[in-house]
Amino acid sequence: MSVAASANKPRQDRRRRLLTRRDVLTLGLMLGIPTFIHVLLVWGPALSSIALSFTRWDGIGGLDTIEVIGTKNYRDIATIYPPFYPALRHNIYWLLFFIGVATPAGMFMAVLLDKEIRFTRFYQGALFLPVVLSLAIVGFIWQLMYAPEQGLINNVLGRTSQANFIDWLGDPSINLRAVLVAASWRHVGYIMILYLAGLKSVDASLREAAAIDGATEAQTFFRVVFPVLKPINVVILVVTVIESLRAFDIVYVINKGTNGLELLSVLVTNNIIGEASRIGFGSALAVILLIISLGFILYYLFQTFRKEMR
Amino acid sequence: MSVTERLNRPAVTAGAAEAVRPQRKRGGRALLHGFLGLTALAWLLPLLWAFYTSLRPYAETARRGYLSLPGTLNFNNYATAWRDADLPHFYWNTLVITVPALVLTLLLASFVAFGVSRFSFRFNVALLMLFTAGNLLPQQVIITPLYRLYLLIPLPEFISDTGSLFDTYYGIIAIHVAFQMGFCVFVLSNYMRTLPNELTEAAMVDGASVWQQFWRIVMPLTRPALAALATLQFTWIYNDFFWALVLMKSGDRRPITSALNNLEGVFFTNNNLIAAGALLAAVPTLIVFFSLQRQFVSGLTLGANKG
Amino acid sequence: MTEDASLRNLQGHGVVIERRTVLKGMLAASGLIAFPSLAACTGESSTGGSSNSVTFGSNYSDAVPKKALATALTAGEKSENLKVEINTVDHNTFQEQINSYLQADPDDVFSWFAGFRMQFFAERALATPITDVWDKIGGNYSEALNKQSTGTDGEQYFIPFYYYPWAVFYRKSVFEQNGYEIPTTMDQFTALAKQMQNDGLTPIAFADKDGWPAMGTFDYINMRQNGYDFHIALMRGEESWSDPKVKSVFDTWRGLLPYHQKGALGRTWQDAAQTVVDKEAGMYLLGMFVGQQFTGLAAEDLDFFSFPEINSEFGQDSVEAPIDGFMLSADPSNEDGAKKLLEYLSSAEAQATYLESDPNNIAANQDADTSNYSPLQNKAVELIGAADNISQFLDRDTRPDFAATVMLPSLQEFINNPDDVDGLTKEIEQQKKSIFAG
Repeated sequence: MSVAASANKPRQDRRRRLLTRRDVLTLGLMLGIPTFIHVLLVWGPALSSIALSFTRWDGIGGLDTIEVIGTKNYRDIATIYPPFYPALRHNIYWLLFFIGVATPAGMFMAVLLDKEIRFTRFYQGALFLPVVLSLAIVGFIWQLMYAPEQGLINNVLGRTSQANFIDWLGDPSINLRAVLVAASWRHVGYIMILYLAGLKSVDASLREAAAIDGATEAQTFFRVVFPVLKPINVVILVVTVIESLRAFDIVYVINKGTNGLELLSVLVTNNIIGEASRIGFGSALAVILLIISLGFILYYLFQTFRKEMR
Repeated sequence: MSVTERLNRPAVTAGAAEAVRPQRKRGGRALLHGFLGLTALAWLLPLLWAFYTSLRPYAETARRGYLSLPGTLNFNNYATAWRDADLPHFYWNTLVITVPALVLTLLLASFVAFGVSRFSFRFNVALLMLFTAGNLLPQQVIITPLYRLYLLIPLPEFISDTGSLFDTYYGIIAIHVAFQMGFCVFVLSNYMRTLPNELTEAAMVDGASVWQQFWRIVMPLTRPALAALATLQFTWIYNDFFWALVLMKSGDRRPITSALNNLEGVFFTNNNLIAAGALLAAVPTLIVFFSLQRQFVSGLTLGANKG
Repeated sequence: MTEDASLRNLQGHGVVIERRTVLKGMLAASGLIAFPSLAACTGESSTGGSSNSVTFGSNYSDAVPKKALATALTAGEKSENLKVEINTVDHNTFQEQINSYLQADPDDVFSWFAGFRMQFFAERALATPITDVWDKIGGNYSEALNKQSTGTDGEQYFIPFYYYPWAVFYRKSVFEQNGYEIPTTMDQFTALAKQMQNDGLTPIAFADKDGWPAMGTFDYINMRQNGYDFHIALMRGEESWSDPKVKSVFDTWRGLLPYHQKGALGRTWQDAAQTVVDKEAGMYLLGMFVGQQFTGLAAEDLDFFSFPEINSEFGQDSVEAPIDGFMLSADPSNEDGAKKLLEYLSSAEAQATYLESDPNNIAANQDADTSNYSPLQNKAVELIGAADNISQFLDRDTRPDFAATVMLPSLQEFINNPDDVDGLTKEIEQQKKSIFAG
């Protein structure tokens, strides 16, 4: 019965006619309540922060102690705030590393593990395990690896004396990369699981058809599977960008984001959380971070939605 | 030739194609296992190292160095960490926050994902973008206005002893839900969009209300995504320490990630003790992962076999 | 879609209903668990209203100080007939959050530090003046301590509990073994460092991963070279960081850097102290809390000398001795009880009880019984007693936001790149102007 029914009439009309008033109410509540909570607790404060970025305030006292100073915070950040440009550079480097190395690695592992082979659960488990750990633990575990005199790496390399130890986390020319290794340790497993979920949902018949046509595995993947996984690819990319722009925890736990590990998110925190906060200044930094993230995401979302509307 | 036509052919053709491959497959398989095995071991190495360190008494590593063969191995460090950092108490705190937050987040997010992906209306895209964008905000951007807001929202005395949302579990759960919803909406709406329209249309023709379509048709089919998200969300909410750090002032109400912080201060450079404490703190997430892994892997294959 | 598909859906419904009930059950169960525990956890409250119960916010989170404080407070409960509820928060977290803590229903009494850092919050009405308490117990404290406890409005806000000097620590046995002499001038100090290098030791242990330890070195060089008054004025934003006097401080420091441990930015002070314990490093400029790393026999081997003189005009007249103590929050629920507690904490007995378990400090009360003091503690009393001026440490003598967001990274930058002093001081000055303007 359903076949005949859905094949005949135009779908839009059908849908509109079948939505009762009760349905509309249900939908309204289903959409409205979460949106209300979300706007109240996330967007409201976010917009307030944007407003605050044009002020000067130390966070103490009521709203009447806020002083509006226009764009001075932004000008200060651009001209006299030494950690800003390094932080920006580090964020970009982080992003490029994730997009170019860590995420493809995760996708690659997912493709490998998508086959029906033995021990697949063990392999998946081993790779996903770091994702499940709290950042404090990840930071700590890697400090056990990287410590100059007591760490595993230096001990294995035999370089533990005062004269020749490698200062993985204290030397600003290499510590960002050392931290990126620790961050990727976690990121690869994360991407792998997301991608695996997507791969599992690909219609097996598509792959079989390609196999029958004589395609190699690589061709099957790139020409058949990858394009079909567009929604998952979008998710993966968005997640990668979020994670790299948000990178905060590991760096903060290691050395509070100083000395070569400056990141925009840490700069924001250092100015807002603290004894005498520079709320306005920190909010301005946060707004810069916000603009960078939103810019990318909006651009990409519009791309995706425009295609689907065709 | 179309895909459907190929599928309706007898299985003989498929079998023939398979027969050519076996030898290449076996050698390739061995290589694959080798590579995967090495990668898995390399991945586990940092954790194994921490575990090994946690089993050794501090006196021994101080004497012999950390990279040395074990003289004694025992769980003393774990017992000490458990006791001195008062871990059971903090575990409970974390659970009280994480479970309700997780359930609420998934529920509310699936409401929105359903509405946004199965129905087209004017603000469809805008709403989706609102949620997605909302999840990208660094937590730091919203903290000060949020803190002020919490101080202003009144709650009756029997629910909150500060009279406001500040320093309550409700407050922490609320911000987790509001904050994590964005990502879940994004993932779930993408997933729901791949579910064929015919399913809900058939139901609609049969007279099902929107709620029934949601609860009886779409939700069960979204299970694989929900399961995967549940694991992710549990770990995120569990591992978060930022919200409780600022929005709670009572030291003993904070979740376990703050207890870890105390551990570092208390035990100075006793790496072995901190390793034990840190691994103990990771146990709930590990349990969830290992028990749920079976669920969502089978859920994933269920999804792969349908249609 | 084919007929097969819709059939499968109908079949699926049967299974769905089961799962749905399970899901519902799960939701209900989690709700049931959560609600009572939530009610229980936020409903407890025994403070406020009760006239002999006082809440106490403490940042004494490390094991030794925590236990010592608990012992002192228990004794106080007995003698003052009070019930004290201690709320301990991790040391660093407490400080970082003091801003939000003090504005949202803080504990009656809370631990804090003297100096500008105290005045900053007092000025913003986040603490209650306790001049009436000082009227009673002011005699316990020296003039210098009185000054450090006074706010900008002339009222007292702070009860000193203990303090400790910053000095150059070393192991007596190492000095004896190698025949080292205690240096009193910078030239002697540098010569000693060279000697140590020749003997295979790292002359000066150094760690600045946390960012604040290096401030001690800056403070001392500045006070020795340019005098206490200039140093304090600089801290308060009244002098320019581009002043040649400030640049010369960095120049002196640069001259000493070759004798400092390398890789300081990756090392914590605990690790650096350990190298002194292990006789790998010869000297360490740090606070007396360095004693926490010296246990057993090493504890008796620990000694210190005052940072050497650089400019004979100033000699060694200033000592850096941060004071820790307690304050009364802005709207306490039990003001009388809290004030009684503060009086108790100012007493010699309270401080002695504390120091029994945590001997790396000395009592602030000038009448405290020093007969149980270790030789090191006695030496500390002498050092501070003989000083004309007491400074509090950079992050307590200046605005907290300036110390944390400007000085901390700037000093780390200097350690990485000690040659560009002009650029560095210019950046500090620009930021200082921006921050102090508010």
